[in-house]
Amino acid sequence: MSSIKTMAELAAEGRTPEVLFWVGCAGSFDDRAQRVTVAFAKLLQQAGVEFGILGQEEACTGDPARRAGNEFLFQMLAQQNVAVMNMYEVKRIVTACPHCFNTLKNEYPALGGNYEVMHHTQFLQQLLADGRLKIEGGQFKGKKITYHDSCYLGRANGVYEAPRAVLQALDADLVEMKRCRTNGLCCGAGGAQMWKEDEPGDKRINMERTEEALATGAEIVAVNCPFCMTMMSDGVKAKEQQERVMVYDLAELILNNRG
Amino acid sequence: MIQLILFAIVTATAFYLAGRNFLKIRRNILLGKDEPEHSSTASSGERWRNVLLVAFGQKKMFSRPIPAIFHFFIYAAFLLTQVELLEIFVDGFTGKHRAFSGALGGFYTFIISLIELLSLLAFVATVIFLARRNVLKISRFQKPEMKGWPSKDANLILFGEILLLTGIFSMNGADTVLQSMGAEHYPQAGPFLVSSSLGPALFGGMSEGALVAIERFGWWLHALTVFGFMVYLAYSKHLHIFLAFPNTYYARINPRGEVANMPAIQKEVASMMNPEAAPPPTPEGGAEGELSFGANDVTKLHWQDLMAAYTCTECGRCTSVCPANITGKKLSPRKIMMDVRDRLEEVGRNMDAQKSSTPIDDGKTLFDYISREEIHACTTCNACVEACPVLINPLDIILQLRRHEILMESAGPSDWLPLFNSLENSQAAWAVSTERDGWKRLV
Repeated sequence: MSSIKTMAELAAEGRTPEVLFWVGCAGSFDDRAQRVTVAFAKLLQQAGVEFGILGQEEACTGDPARRAGNEFLFQMLAQQNVAVMNMYEVKRIVTACPHCFNTLKNEYPALGGNYEVMHHTQFLQQLLADGRLKIEGGQFKGKKITYHDSCYLGRANGVYEAPRAVLQALDADLVEMKRCRTNGLCCGAGGAQMWKEDEPGDKRINMERTEEALATGAEIVAVNCPFCMTMMSDGVKAKEQQERVMVYDLAELILNNRG
Repeated sequence: MIQLILFAIVTATAFYLAGRNFLKIRRNILLGKDEPEHSSTASSGERWRNVLLVAFGQKKMFSRPIPAIFHFFIYAAFLLTQVELLEIFVDGFTGKHRAFSGALGGFYTFIISLIELLSLLAFVATVIFLARRNVLKISRFQKPEMKGWPSKDANLILFGEILLLTGIFSMNGADTVLQSMGAEHYPQAGPFLVSSSLGPALFGGMSEGALVAIERFGWWLHALTVFGFMVYLAYSKHLHIFLAFPNTYYARINPRGEVANMPAIQKEVASMMNPEAAPPPTPEGGAEGELSFGANDVTKLHWQDLMAAYTCTECGRCTSVCPANITGKKLSPRKIMMDVRDRLEEVGRNMDAQKSSTPIDDGKTLFDYISREEIHACTTCNACVEACPVLINPLDIILQLRRHEILMESAGPSDWLPLFNSLENSQAAWAVSTERDGWKRLV
């Protein structure tokens, strides 16, 4: 079922979708994150949400450029995105990347881009609450799952409960890490660290966080961010626990649960 | 009479020295930039709410309950002791003794008793704080930036606290015994909660002359410790007792994740992308028309950041939650704040030496204090911002330094070059040949 249309195609048909699905660079190009994109798109289709994507007209939001200090590059990307979205009269955006979420929500208004922006965990929670999406099966019932708060959804935007509500809907046994919610420990990827080697130190940050996640005894580490996904998956592999512990995005958990 | 003159001289000297120091701090803080985009559009109501909850109410302190409770004892004792301090001024200048006792009656006994109770709790807290730093050696107090003066500074203040409490209890204790003896000049002020038993236990049976000497010693010790503290404050990390209030008022209220916009670059890029629509950009950054982005020195930071550096009390909660620091990197958010203050004071000293009203070029910058390695280690995770009990934002300073490095020096980690190139050439964070919506085939 590949009827996913771009905003350009929809506009040509004279249609305005309910929401724009902002895919982001990781969701578009990273193999692992791509699978999350596919899972979320399937869920949107199953819930009957009419959505569009920007396709080739989407550019990086500029998050890593701005945080590296390269404001020129950020402005070039951001202004281009704002121009495209305003042209399509975008009102609502959903994205599976908390970095895109934060930039679209908090930084685009100063550039003339005013949208209602939701993270996909918030969107999924709403679909579940509205009954547009139903949890079937019970594959995760009683399974130990730990949830890793991403910095840009958590501390940066104060979203702690929506993802947990989604996990609760799965009937899973949620075990918290010692550092969670406002005290959640970063995975190590933010601030454009994803694209550079670590500064000299004793340990990689993702190893510190992975050890904490493994200590909970959980079989599944749930994440909400493509960069946390990379960092935590690398950590689990480095600890040679990939046979026992899986790292999943919340969208994948819901989709898997539906079989 | 001699005491009156002495008191007047000591008070005037203390206020002169402290006032001079505070004016210098104010001047230094105002060397920072004032930019509207730094301050949010938040109403003053929201700001006052922060002052009340965070500064006055110590809300964020309580995320770590044990130190919060002990700190609260000292804080409450400090606030309430102001009543006694006020009386010391009245007594000191009028030659009266316990000038408030007559007018306040039973309420006076209550207030002094409450001060005594809090002082006792503050004493316990002070001993525990000394133990946490020197015996238990809590790790956040042992980081490299705490070596030398910062650790001494912390211990000196705690020692001063013990002096002050010694003063209060010897003053009130001797006073209680003198009252019970019906000594002249010592009016009945009622039994004080702690001194009513501590006084007779320590000083019972002494001669009136000895008791008066102890009472005067306590009174002067109290007064001199306060004056000493007032003057010392400007050189110590303890300015938070005042600056926590303005610092929480002026703290950013914008969403944590928002990095401040740079309107000058926004305009320039807008005119680049659409030359007809936008007017040509006007250079910003001073009368000389010299463009300057980000910060390589304290004078290019916002004055709120400079005030924050003076507000920092070096508790290290930020550093203890910093993912980079936890994993052994050089970055410590507390050190960022300490370095900003150290550099700012150096800039101030240079101005004083040359009697200049503007900063002198001494060939140094903030990068002589903060290394590149430190600012490159930040993940912008906001843990330090979340942890600070007085709403200091070290992240904002790190981002200003990064901006200077990239925009003014074209420097920065070479690992970022491929990122910048691919963002510029293909608007994607990675250089990839596949299409952005290639994933559609998998749905």
